[in-house]
Amino acid sequence: MSDKQQEHTHMHKVNSTEGGREDALGYDEGGVHEHSHHHGYARNEHIHGHAAADQVENTYPHEHEHGGYDHQHHGHYHNHHSHKRGETILEIKNMNISFTQYSKGFRQIQLPVIKDLNVTICAGEMVAVVGSSGSGKSLLAHGVMGILPYNATMGGEMYYQGEPLTPKRIKKLRGNEIVMVPQSTSYLDPLMKMGPQIKKGRKDEKTAKKLRTIFKRYSLDESVEQQYPFELSGGMTRRALIATAMLDDPKLVVADEPTPGLHMNVAKRTMDHFRELADMGAGVLLITHDLELALEVADRVVVFYAGTTIEEANAEDFAHVENLRHPYTKALWQAIPQNGFTYVDGVQPYVKDMPRGCPFGPRCSYYTEQCSESIPYQRLRNGYVRCCHAK
Amino acid sequence: MVKQYAIAFGKKLVRVILLVIAVSIAAFALMTCSPVDPLQANVGQAALGSMSQEQIEKLQEYWGQGQPPVTRYLSWAKDFIRGDMGVSLLYRQSVSSVIAVKLVNSLFLMITAWLLSGLIGFFIGVIAGMNRGKLIDKCIKGYCLIISSTPTFWLALLLLMIFGVWLKVLPIGLSVPIGVEASGVTFLDRLQHAVLPAAALSILGVSNIALHTREKMIDICESDYVLFAKARGESSWQIFWHHGFRNVLLPAITLQFGAISEIFGGSVLVEQVFSYPGLGQAAVSAGLGSDMPLLMAITIISALFVFGGNLIANILYGIVDPRIRRGGVR
Amino acid sequence: MMRRTMTVPMENSFVWNRRKTLLVWLIIAVTFLTVVCIAGMYCGEAARATDFSQKNLAPCLAHPFGTDWLGRDMFVRTLRGLSISILIGVSAATFSALMAFLLGVSAATLGKTVDGIITWVIDLIMGVPHLLLLILICVAVGKGLKGVIIGVALTHWTSLTRLIRGEVMQLRESQYIKIAKKLGKSQWHIALKHMIPHLLPQFIVGLVLLFPHAILHESSITFLGFGLSSEQPAIGVILSESMKYLVTGNWWLALFPGIMLVLTVAFFYVAGENLRKLIDPSSAHE
Repeated sequence: MSDKQQEHTHMHKVNSTEGGREDALGYDEGGVHEHSHHHGYARNEHIHGHAAADQVENTYPHEHEHGGYDHQHHGHYHNHHSHKRGETILEIKNMNISFTQYSKGFRQIQLPVIKDLNVTICAGEMVAVVGSSGSGKSLLAHGVMGILPYNATMGGEMYYQGEPLTPKRIKKLRGNEIVMVPQSTSYLDPLMKMGPQIKKGRKDEKTAKKLRTIFKRYSLDESVEQQYPFELSGGMTRRALIATAMLDDPKLVVADEPTPGLHMNVAKRTMDHFRELADMGAGVLLITHDLELALEVADRVVVFYAGTTIEEANAEDFAHVENLRHPYTKALWQAIPQNGFTYVDGVQPYVKDMPRGCPFGPRCSYYTEQCSESIPYQRLRNGYVRCCHAK
Repeated sequence: MVKQYAIAFGKKLVRVILLVIAVSIAAFALMTCSPVDPLQANVGQAALGSMSQEQIEKLQEYWGQGQPPVTRYLSWAKDFIRGDMGVSLLYRQSVSSVIAVKLVNSLFLMITAWLLSGLIGFFIGVIAGMNRGKLIDKCIKGYCLIISSTPTFWLALLLLMIFGVWLKVLPIGLSVPIGVEASGVTFLDRLQHAVLPAAALSILGVSNIALHTREKMIDICESDYVLFAKARGESSWQIFWHHGFRNVLLPAITLQFGAISEIFGGSVLVEQVFSYPGLGQAAVSAGLGSDMPLLMAITIISALFVFGGNLIANILYGIVDPRIRRGGVR
Repeated sequence: MMRRTMTVPMENSFVWNRRKTLLVWLIIAVTFLTVVCIAGMYCGEAARATDFSQKNLAPCLAHPFGTDWLGRDMFVRTLRGLSISILIGVSAATFSALMAFLLGVSAATLGKTVDGIITWVIDLIMGVPHLLLLILICVAVGKGLKGVIIGVALTHWTSLTRLIRGEVMQLRESQYIKIAKKLGKSQWHIALKHMIPHLLPQFIVGLVLLFPHAILHESSITFLGFGLSSEQPAIGVILSESMKYLVTGNWWLALFPGIMLVLTVAFFYVAGENLRKLIDPSSAHE
């Protein structure tokens, strides 16, 4: 595991909160780390060996929760690459989202796009929800933020910092404590300069100063404040979009497909920025289809297939295919070029053609009659899986 | 940068001039192939029958028959460019003087209606667009449906009936009180006579602009950036002020200047109902009476207004839209 | 190797939803218009029947819309007038729409010169206010029914042409059409399977929405005196005649025909808009 650890040291730096280090965008070789005093969270025990780590070790996250949830899983403190988690920021249980649509003629039907989604995010950690295009994961972001389209209905439970996240509550929190980083420049008003747009029209000196700080961190020149979205390059736009999220010190960051079609370097840098956000104490929910990229920065990976979460694993599990639980996850792993570049026949089923029981069933080589029943989401080793044959 | 602008503007100007020339040719051609005998229309069958041949020929010359069309057009065009728009056959005065008076009357009406319908239409369109589906939106949509189904002249008739005949509050026609000398006509008199026609024009213009503005507003409200603004916790007012208003202003400019054509058409009808001596009414008389010089002049002037309006809208767009301003000329 | 899957059926219930409301209104509108149109066609004689003993009657049971100065029943006259107007409007607008389709597709597909010419002609026509253009055409063709129909038919194609031209140009640039071409599909196949389903709804809706426009213009031009004689009582004629008698207080001569005209045009708009909401894919799921 040590090489992975080295990688982390190499690629991430832990920043203190604002006002601390304002380096240019480079990587900190040799790891100069400081603690974020907000959450008492240490990234790499090894380098720190710091007493502050005990602070977290003694407080189990589940003490912050209400009730006992099976879906919670906590850090592996015996693992020397463990991540000390802070409190649980976001908890989603059995989320389902369906759309009302007109089918032939004048009938309306409900189209369940997300059927059963379970994710938990603690402070300081980055959870990646990985799934192929069309599995419905972007809806997750919109669902959390409360901006689903008019013909969508959402069910399930969502808890933010332990309290239920009602529509009223999300309206209050979004934009400051819970933020979303959108996909593309189409989410920016084309007729508004970047500065006022990011500041949401606020003109006070404090916000202006904060914006300048943030810009500096992402090496955006001050002149960008006076430019319009169409004048920025792709990379600048991406950094500006992240800047929009940083203005109010969020506790939960939802990143919706942040790297579509980006050049590899830019994509990696983007991911590092999100890692920074996590290291500064926020919880980051990363939604992506790029498993490789996600593995480099995320703590945990939730695999999403045909509307349901089918596995939840730590990032380390992906080092060896045997550690993975679900056949689909293994297939995903094997599809990565370095790991063999193999594929499995068939495609993800369309919502209207969903098979009974396990959605991956028709393509799975372990399929038995048992798989056509409803399969529960169960804990297995240190993760979760929705498969009857997983060991 | 300025040079780029100047070139683009120059190109547009040339295009407009060419179009106006083409309009004049087309109008002339249309009038020439009219089978209507202007003599019959204006002098009357009975009178013609009792005239001698020389008299008829003289009349024919007066009304411009007898020469090949191309010659006639060229001589007309030459005069027109020099500012001499010919002599109106119906009014027996120079076309310029006829138009001068009527244009002023019409402008009074049209500008009022243009501004009023533009402003009111914009506001109710925005309100309807932002509150889509709610009661206020339904009311506005219903109102616009009824208004746009109403023929201009009928609305004018209604207003005339209610306010002129029944309530006797406002005058029933013309632009000045009857029997009063020109020097005795006050501005208030003019205003009084113009209220009903202007009201009729305005009410109708509102629905068109309101409906289109509402469409654009709905597009904006469903856009990605408004969705993102909501996700960032911006309130409805903030969303409107920062994003809605700016983005709807651009299409609103196009709409406003595009409405010039409609206002013109509406004024033709309204003036007819109220016997308001404006350009529209002159156009109708000229058309019914085959008064070629007058009709040509009116056509060209209205074309100039419409094209000019489009040109201004284009320029304004270039000024207001930063993508054009900064991204170079499109 | 795909195993046989058992699909899970979706919810299926008979609920009163928006689409059904739209359909109901559409049916109401079409029914009203057809009834008026057909009824009017059989009223020819009755519309011209004069009865001097019944002159200038205000609305009553026997004559729901009153009578005019010649004793003609206004209700029947209005019906006939509406019928004529509807027929003229619909036929002229259909012709215009077909022209628009041809010109729009040509402009978008036959190359830059053709496109340039057609766009230029469109700009030309749109430069003159619509009513003024109608006056010019009526003068050119000679007054009467012919002039009105030709005038209306020749001037309503401009906006629809622009629309179709824009749509076809966009379609040609869209990814799925380009891919279809690369996959070797023939032009016909692409046109039939990909373009028509996209264009047809817009075209039909544009066509239906042209009808009220045409009717309004037709009634306006006959009102001004360019159109028909009073033998053929198109609505415009009825209303222009009523203007002369307004001052004497015969208000019903203008009110009822006008209201009927407004209803007719409004129903056309309702039909067109509802049709659009039903078949236009972008608003189909509201």
